[in-house]
Amino acid sequence: MLKKIEAIIREEKLNDVKDALKDIGIVGLNVFEIRGHGRQGGIKLAGRSGSYQVDLLPKIQLNIVLSEHNLEDTIEAILNSAYTGETGDGLIFVYPVEEVIRIRTRERGHEAVMYPGDIDERKGRKKA
Amino acid sequence: MGNPINSGDTAWILVCCSLVLLMTPALALFYGGMARRKNVLSTLTLSYVFMLLIGVQWVLYGYSLAFGEDIGGLIGGLNFVGLRGVGAAVNPNYAKTIPHGLFAAFQMMFAVITPALITGAFVERVRFKTFLLFSLIWVTLIYDPLCHWVWGKGGWLGAMGALDFAGGTVVHIAAGFSALAFALVIGPRKGFGKFPIEPHNIILTVVGAGLLWVGWFGFNAGSALAANGVAVNALLTTNSSAAMAGLVWMLLSWLDGRPSTLGLATGMVVGLAAVTPASGFVTPMAALVIGAVAAPLGYYGIRFREKCRLDESMDVWACHGLASTWGMVATGLFATVEVNSGGANGLFYGHPAQLGIQLVAIAATMAFTFGGTFIIAKALDWSIGLRVSGMEEEVGLDISTHGERAYS
Repeated sequence: MLKKIEAIIREEKLNDVKDALKDIGIVGLNVFEIRGHGRQGGIKLAGRSGSYQVDLLPKIQLNIVLSEHNLEDTIEAILNSAYTGETGDGLIFVYPVEEVIRIRTRERGHEAVMYPGDIDERKGRKKA
Repeated sequence: MGNPINSGDTAWILVCCSLVLLMTPALALFYGGMARRKNVLSTLTLSYVFMLLIGVQWVLYGYSLAFGEDIGGLIGGLNFVGLRGVGAAVNPNYAKTIPHGLFAAFQMMFAVITPALITGAFVERVRFKTFLLFSLIWVTLIYDPLCHWVWGKGGWLGAMGALDFAGGTVVHIAAGFSALAFALVIGPRKGFGKFPIEPHNIILTVVGAGLLWVGWFGFNAGSALAANGVAVNALLTTNSSAAMAGLVWMLLSWLDGRPSTLGLATGMVVGLAAVTPASGFVTPMAALVIGAVAAPLGYYGIRFREKCRLDESMDVWACHGLASTWGMVATGLFATVEVNSGGANGLFYGHPAQLGIQLVAIAATMAFTFGGTFIIAKALDWSIGLRVSGMEEEVGLDISTHGERAYS
């Protein structure tokens, strides 16, 4: 089974999360600059005269498609690296993925999300 | 008798003319940054248009209406139409040591930036065709006569002894109170007061404010029309007021939370607007007081305007109108002939009557510019409409008016 992680994290935590994922061998990911709000609600910004409230905050969304057997390690890495304890740390969503096809090689499924030196290769899993 | 043209004065005013021209692009950046990204080109255009429009109007008849032979103290005659006879020679009324044509060019730059200042009131919703028509009517019926009242030979405010060194009335009170009138007529932007309308690029605004400061040396020190001690004093007072107002504004915003970048850039401009009428008549120490008072006036002026739920979008009234009203009052307080023998003493130098004259000039300028602009805007609103459609406003004027986008 293939899964997709959509992690909403703090902008300032992106480098920590990227490093943590690299450490465990997660190679493929996409980063989006998004705006949104959850429990944190919003922030006050300084205006010309006094401040004003903004309810949509800048956040980062990480998209990672990976094999199910790597899911828990990856979630753990994100949880540890994106954590501050304050409201606004974000959320992680997990979805099933129907299919993945690598355009260059036409590989499908698990093989399409495997990279040299990644988490699978470290654990001794080889491409079919 | 030798050649009356002084090459030092001429060279200096040539430079100042260019510096004041620079202020209009600077203003375009200043406003453009505060607009939303869908309206930044439109906002820039609203300012830039005046370099084109006044560049033509001033040559054709604008200069003549402002500085032509006096008619009843109210307006200039048509003797300088097409800049006829305004050339390399000096003029005894306006340009004793520089070519008359240079004086006309220098004054043109003031006529360019003044209506550009007003555009801050109606950005992001004004209909372009109506705006062009309004602009032409405004400079013809409001700016040119007002300029004559204050600076034209025989103009009634100037003849009365009103002191306005570089345009507290003609430029800043006029722009501020015209902006207020126009904002009342055109009404708020969609969503104003319901959700925050944020500046889209404060970098542009801060760069614009910095360039305005540079240009303002030409505006104020150039208004001495000579490379002399009065010019140097004006440069120093200009710098002092801008510095003090920026500093005080920064502290005010800090007390309300954080020292705001947009805030201190705004404070600089407010300090510059405030010192404009006084710059050639007061000392640098007085200019520090002018800047220190101008900052809270503008800061809480904006707050008051927000409380009134009035969408005078870029606070032309608070930043230019209020600041320069104070500057005109301060001229009546702090002016001294020790700085400028061609000026007068103010209240603190034993001449309280000067304050009264200043108040008359302020009241006349406010009434004329606010009333006149209100009538012109109302007439245009009834006839051809001031605003774009709701859909065009939501899409943004860059696309809906100009068919362009700033960032692709």
